[in-house]
Amino acid sequence: MFRWIIRRDLILAWRRRADVLSTLFFFVIVVSLFPLSISPDPRLLKSIAPGVVWVAALLASMLSLGRLFSNDYVDGTLEQILLTPQPLYLIVLGKVLAQWLVAEVPLVLMAPILGVQFGLSQNTLVVLTISLLLGTPVLSLIGSIGAALTLGLRGSGVLVALLVLPLYIPVLIFGALAVDASIAGSNPQAHLSLLGAVLALSLVFAPWATCAALRISVE
Amino acid sequence: MPNRKINWYKYAAPANFYPLAGKLIPWFGIPAALLFVAGLYIGFFVAPTDFQQGDAYRIIFIHVPAAWMGMFLYILMALYAGVGWAFNARLASMMATALSITGAMFTFLSLATGSLWGKPTWGTWWVWDARMTSTLILLFLYIGFISLQAAIDDPRRADRAGAVLALVGLINVPIIYFSVQWWNTLHQGATIRLLNKPTMAPPMLAAMLIMLAACWLYSIAIVLMRLRCIILEREHEAGRTLTLGAKTAQFSRMESI
Amino acid sequence: MNSLGCVRGDRRLFSGLNFSVSAGTLLQVTGPNGCGKTSLLRMICALLEPAEGTIKWQGENIRTLGEEYFTSLTFLGHRNGVKEELSAIENLRVASGLNGIDLRPKAAVKILRDMGLEGREQLPARLLSEGQRRRLALARLAVCNTTLWVLDEVLTSLDKAAVALVKSLIEKHLDNGGLAIVATHQELELNSGSFLRIELAS
Repeated sequence: MFRWIIRRDLILAWRRRADVLSTLFFFVIVVSLFPLSISPDPRLLKSIAPGVVWVAALLASMLSLGRLFSNDYVDGTLEQILLTPQPLYLIVLGKVLAQWLVAEVPLVLMAPILGVQFGLSQNTLVVLTISLLLGTPVLSLIGSIGAALTLGLRGSGVLVALLVLPLYIPVLIFGALAVDASIAGSNPQAHLSLLGAVLALSLVFAPWATCAALRISVE
Repeated sequence: MPNRKINWYKYAAPANFYPLAGKLIPWFGIPAALLFVAGLYIGFFVAPTDFQQGDAYRIIFIHVPAAWMGMFLYILMALYAGVGWAFNARLASMMATALSITGAMFTFLSLATGSLWGKPTWGTWWVWDARMTSTLILLFLYIGFISLQAAIDDPRRADRAGAVLALVGLINVPIIYFSVQWWNTLHQGATIRLLNKPTMAPPMLAAMLIMLAACWLYSIAIVLMRLRCIILEREHEAGRTLTLGAKTAQFSRMESI
Repeated sequence: MNSLGCVRGDRRLFSGLNFSVSAGTLLQVTGPNGCGKTSLLRMICALLEPAEGTIKWQGENIRTLGEEYFTSLTFLGHRNGVKEELSAIENLRVASGLNGIDLRPKAAVKILRDMGLEGREQLPARLLSEGQRRRLALARLAVCNTTLWVLDEVLTSLDKAAVALVKSLIEKHLDNGGLAIVATHQELELNSGSFLRIELAS
């Protein structure tokens, strides 16, 4: 049954692939705005690159959050899913996993290309990718709480950002610091371990909070 | 009243709590005002001038209690919201809503006074040090809670959604504080010693503690006032009537079929 | 023997409502718009928590039963629960799959034919008419093996043939010892099972 929910969400995303692509292009465009607005100086670009890529990833992931539950809510399939005889925790985990595969993995794959534009070395690109791989699932997990809480509310797009962005801060800090450390030539392992710890914590707690929020919002 | 049994559960019903809150407000409000005057007097006129910072340091008599209150009230708010959600206790949920605005106000006050203090002391309005940054994030968490509740029309959903958010925030606060600390030490940002504890003169300490007590009493009084407003609004919406003005509010329930 | 006991009351909509339903019974809930029919049905589905009272399934509170209760429940609401991007077959198969029934494509085609959707199996649901989408939603009733059906306004936007189809589905369900709770304005005359009616005042 777990695979049914993932399969369903992946088919749906494929049928609406324009949405996925627009998130990806949003990410690319936001990252490209920084050299234009600050300076093309390679030394400066290199020092702001970790922050720029991470902030852009945070913003891009906000865009896809709105679709996580709201389409299902509008057409009534969310009710049906809530009434299926299986733990809601697993359903939420499945939906978040599908959302991560569809919305976040393309960003992770695109990030090294953008990193090249900022003059990052090969080593740093590897660290950037690893940090995004560890950090973006946390964005999906925490974001799902915000998406569930704001389900069906007016202006839920902005509201979700208000609720979720402060909670993203630890991921942003550890992720950007890992890349920073790699640029400075030191070992990024401590930051990556912390990022992993945050991932483990949110994997345990976030779906639980999302389940509670979904039940509240569907009432 | 040692020998009289009081039915505390009676006051868990908003309509019964309403008149009680009305009676309690002056008992907290008036001492709060007196302590504010006393605390400010000692802080401004009795406490000695700091030999390093001059008179500018005196803002800590507002800044430090405000910062503490901002943090305590967030924890308190999350606990009340959680209790309200878990036990379906409407009064506790209303309490959380009433606390959120006061908490956000104190957090903002601590940021504003911190920045006012920063200008003469370090020559800049804002420093990205760990404490200031964490307080700013705390303010963001308050804003998230308040705007989520404001966006939801159904009070029951607003209470519960707020509770989930506040509890998620509560779990996150230590992680956020730790990450900001970590970020700050690595960037070798300005590390500021807020207080030189050994050199704090007794009148300074006294002023600080009096101000803290005043802030607590003020918070209780203002939260009770806000709670009364929320009770009125909610009970009105639920089709129940509270007779105002009378010493004991009448509570009648509209049963309809 | 299945029996549903219910003591409940909602804010202003209704209160002090008591009823129980046993196997092979159709319970019709009627009443003017806004009287709380949908709320009542959503409470029975555990989607809405009653402000007062409890709802029991086979003697146990549905709130404590959780997923176990959902194995014997099928709910059709106002909204069809049909994904516009998926074809009719995919919709039916996904809905069944999520309920733990692995429906083979051939079986799905047969059920869709029975529901009068022949030739439209592969069309994305967004190209179907309102009535056809309703039929697609109702096709789930032919797949499920649950005992309790909760149907909210299922007969709207259906033509005569489809209404007859729904009635025969419910009749068969009742004959098999199932029970159905239906909210509707229309008269439901069935040839089998016992019949109960609750009328909610506004």
